[in-house]
Amino acid sequence: MGFAASIILGLAGLFALAWVLRLAVRRALTGHARSIANDMPLTAAFGILVILIYAIVAIAAPALAPFPEREIVGGQFQPWSAEHLLGTDRIGRDMLSRLIYGARNTVGIAFVTTALAFVVGSVLGIWAALTGGWIDQALSRFVDALMAIPALIFSLLLLTIFGTSVVTLVLVIAAVDATRVFRLARAVAQGIVVMDYIEAAKLRGEGSWFLIRREILPNAMAPLVAEFGLRFCFVFLAISSLSFLGLGIQPPTADWGSMVKDNATLITFGDITPLLPAGCIALLTVAVNFVVDWQLYRASGLKEQ
Amino acid sequence: MILMRVALGIGLLFIVSLVIFWATELLPGDLATELLGQSATPETLAALREQLGLNDPAPVRYWNWLTGALTGDFGVSLSNGRPISELIGARLGNTVFLALYAAALSVPISLILGILAALWRNSIFDRAANAGALTAISFPEFFVAYILVLWLAQTGLFPSIVRINPTTTLGDRLYMSFLPALTLTLVVTAHMMRMTRAAIINLMASPYIEMARLKGLSPLRIVLRHALPNALAPIINVIALNLAYLITGVVVVEVVFVYPGLGQLMVDAVSNRDIAVVQAVALIFAGAYVTLNLIADVLSTITNPRLMHRR
Repeated sequence: MGFAASIILGLAGLFALAWVLRLAVRRALTGHARSIANDMPLTAAFGILVILIYAIVAIAAPALAPFPEREIVGGQFQPWSAEHLLGTDRIGRDMLSRLIYGARNTVGIAFVTTALAFVVGSVLGIWAALTGGWIDQALSRFVDALMAIPALIFSLLLLTIFGTSVVTLVLVIAAVDATRVFRLARAVAQGIVVMDYIEAAKLRGEGSWFLIRREILPNAMAPLVAEFGLRFCFVFLAISSLSFLGLGIQPPTADWGSMVKDNATLITFGDITPLLPAGCIALLTVAVNFVVDWQLYRASGLKEQ
Repeated sequence: MILMRVALGIGLLFIVSLVIFWATELLPGDLATELLGQSATPETLAALREQLGLNDPAPVRYWNWLTGALTGDFGVSLSNGRPISELIGARLGNTVFLALYAAALSVPISLILGILAALWRNSIFDRAANAGALTAISFPEFFVAYILVLWLAQTGLFPSIVRINPTTTLGDRLYMSFLPALTLTLVVTAHMMRMTRAAIINLMASPYIEMARLKGLSPLRIVLRHALPNALAPIINVIALNLAYLITGVVVVEVVFVYPGLGQLMVDAVSNRDIAVVQAVALIFAGAYVTLNLIADVLSTITNPRLMHRR
């Protein structure tokens, strides 16, 4: 139970730090930026703080980790000690170091995948809405058919066909998620393409690419940014699940999902170490969700009743 | 109206089967070169193609595969040569059992929690339930599963590994698969609860609810007798969507608890690159998913007279 207490203390500490930082930011800023910071709820500040910490850990991983990512530095399953703060894993690699490198690998790969899914999905979606006609119909029906298959099942099917490597993993998940982004981008863009200013731009003789880039995208940004956050959570959880199933990021690369799987035997002996990477996944997802909630709230223009 | 939707659903099932079949056509070579890999000689390749029926054109193979699947014959596993129907047999029953078990736990819990949250909205209970739901949605399934193992299996209350065989009695089955079912329950309850709450709160602003309130009815009666029947359509939809979600959630949970179900079979098949088995299981999962969505649409049409008699 000492462990549960330390988790609660840690989270409370993060919340307190978020509160202090929000206060500092409010002092430092002026004008419009300050009014945004003033409206920011504590959960959103917490979310941003957590995301920042993850980003710093991911970037500075080699400097922070006490041991190399893939090197065997001790016996198997050593308990927590001064030398190995979180003990060692199944074949004697330092858990803490792998946890830190995992931030870089797991989050990095999830981010790249989401970005890819987003570029492909939103450009195609907006283009379909802009062009209309049979291209729009064909693309939409095709996406509908793909979306009728559950995402995880479809990814598993594609991974069987193309084999499991990081590149295929990124491409497969991006392809599956691009269908979801396409849906949203098309729906948002359909509301925009009927506007007068799009008509005017078309009469000026602007091409599709200019229309998408300069006229539609800026106006579709708010829902798309929120969707990016949500999509990142889904992609992140999907990649972790696949890695957990042994079909995603492959060893010896340090990755949170496969770290849970590899050391799961410890859990049945009451050791919580294997749960730490899963907790890292959960904490980041919650943080992103908090920020997305705040963004959606801001975009919708709702005020507390 | 309903017939139209059913016909659409069957058409969709057909397209889904087409997509699953077509996916293997994306292979750079064909199934035979992929299976034999480095050890391929022209003779073994020809023999394997003959054996798998790869010499037929794609539409013929698709037809054979689909008609076979509809009669329960999925062909043979590529990795061990056993008939796939034999591999699937008991496992399908186990997976359906687990999904129904989880549904039986989660549907009543989430309905009750959702109704209470709507009844006492903006109270401490509502806020706590909402925060809990948002957190639960963000957790990976295996995290929830292992936390339960740590809490409930450590103390010896429930087994952390499910050992089920055809002779296991129902009571033992329920006891042994309690942890996987509870994991799935926790994962889907959050979403269902939030949607139930949203559907009811949405209705609470309508004039007839105001009327009921002015008549002096108790809040509980208003929610149960007046709001709930009209909120049924969205709630049914959410329940069906989440049951469909259970289908994919089952894959990870089965692996955690070594539960002998379809998900486990699929994961093993993916790591062996046994495409025939993966296709068969994917077809079953996707079929169940489409069917559940279809049932949800039909049910919500039936519960809403305005949709039944559309002008």
